[in-house]
Amino acid sequence: MFLLLLLTLCYTGCRGRCKTINPFVYQLENISKSYAGKQVLSIDKLVIERGKIYGIIGPSGAGKSTLLRLLNLLEPPSSGNLLFNGVPVTNKSGKQVLELRRKMTMVFQRPVLFDTSVYNNVKYGLKARGYARKDITELVHKALDEVGLTEFVDRNARSLSGGEAQRIALARAMVLKPEVILLDEPTSNLDPANVAMIEKITGGLHKKQGTTVIMVTHNIFQAQRMSEEILLFFKGKLIERGTADQIFNHPRDERTDAFIKGVMIY
Amino acid sequence: MADIGTGLLQAFKLIISLDRDLLAIVFLSLRVSGIAVATAALIGIPLGAFLGMRPSVSVRWLEKLINTLMGLPPVVAGLVIYLLLSNKGPIGQMQLLFTPMAMIIAQTVLATPIITGLSLVAVRDKHKEIRDTAVTLGASQQMIIWTVIREAKRAIMAAVVAGFGRVVAEVGAVMMVGGNIQGSTRVMTTAIVLETRKGNFELALGLGIILLVLAFIINSLLYRVQGEV
Repeated sequence: MFLLLLLTLCYTGCRGRCKTINPFVYQLENISKSYAGKQVLSIDKLVIERGKIYGIIGPSGAGKSTLLRLLNLLEPPSSGNLLFNGVPVTNKSGKQVLELRRKMTMVFQRPVLFDTSVYNNVKYGLKARGYARKDITELVHKALDEVGLTEFVDRNARSLSGGEAQRIALARAMVLKPEVILLDEPTSNLDPANVAMIEKITGGLHKKQGTTVIMVTHNIFQAQRMSEEILLFFKGKLIERGTADQIFNHPRDERTDAFIKGVMIY
Repeated sequence: MADIGTGLLQAFKLIISLDRDLLAIVFLSLRVSGIAVATAALIGIPLGAFLGMRPSVSVRWLEKLINTLMGLPPVVAGLVIYLLLSNKGPIGQMQLLFTPMAMIIAQTVLATPIITGLSLVAVRDKHKEIRDTAVTLGASQQMIIWTVIREAKRAIMAAVVAGFGRVVAEVGAVMMVGGNIQGSTRVMTTAIVLETRKGNFELALGLGIILLVLAFIINSLLYRVQGEV
């Protein structure tokens, strides 16, 4: 009897905790995505570990952005299993998906800021989550401070330069303290100074909050600089994954070798 | 040419003296077109937003219909409303024909497709990227819809002004269903037609000038509002 009680206690105790200590943020099994009958992504198996920085590289049309859209639950996969924190995300109600989606966020290549003040932009996600006004003010100012744009708080977000806008988009995402941040070529339109800043902010976010970072980039050196692990996609398939050293110095696939040397691969 | 010159002079005198008949006509015009556009906006903005947020393939036919109705000749709208409201018509017993209400109905019919069609395009333009961004920030469905509409507000406002411009300047429909009755259903455009026929060019010109000035004021207000929001 005592043993049974102990077992039950262990089980219920673990249920709460196991969710948070699940080492995998995402698990993908036999995932495919097609648009108008054309398959753009096909992944047999892929796990994304918690708290790591991932760089996703590959030529255009490799399915990188599609993968991010699936991971952010913007679109469902055409087939296969996608698990977030060990929970399957397919066949979930809108409310359940929303709840899962609020644990992650995404920053796009071209920042889409709402036609209102910087403050209102950064507070958007917090408002969606029902934060109190007092907390919102504090968090927004802190986030703006982290991206070095506190003085822009009352400016209309549409009046900002590309680099500033992307930093605001990053602040707007960071303020939500997401478990995962998905970045879709966040620096491809920016000048070197802003690129360095975005990289620093993202690195800091990862370090301070342990956020899992998944970044699609066309800049392979950025992937090399920032990533703990690099995933190389080609024609909708994951062809190689490994540390920057493995990918750049000991590639196993000849297409990886060609890609990092700047040779066009088809 | 002398007619135009003296006509213009007389017209300005009429405007400056705030002629009572003239004012009554101007206010009725504004009331009829204002209520019609407000009603059309209440129908057209939500409808346009709803359609604009759907995949364009699924609403293609409806969109074509709306675009066709955007060019609906006022006299055709007038004819249909006339038939509906006339004594033998389905709602003839309401005795609405030749009342300002009949004119409001006709102008609402004319303005609704314009506001719907232009709101649809405005919302569709914004929908994809705004929706994606709002979704990734964890917005609920309701919040997403509201955000998309708010982001399209400038273009939606332009749609409302375009609707107002169309109805305040049309003559065919209000003439048919209103009847241009003095002191009751005479608005600026029908008065211009009548006064021109009678040879009262000064009143016709005066009304024409007021119509243009009103259009200018409304457009200026729009620019101002667009600059601020």
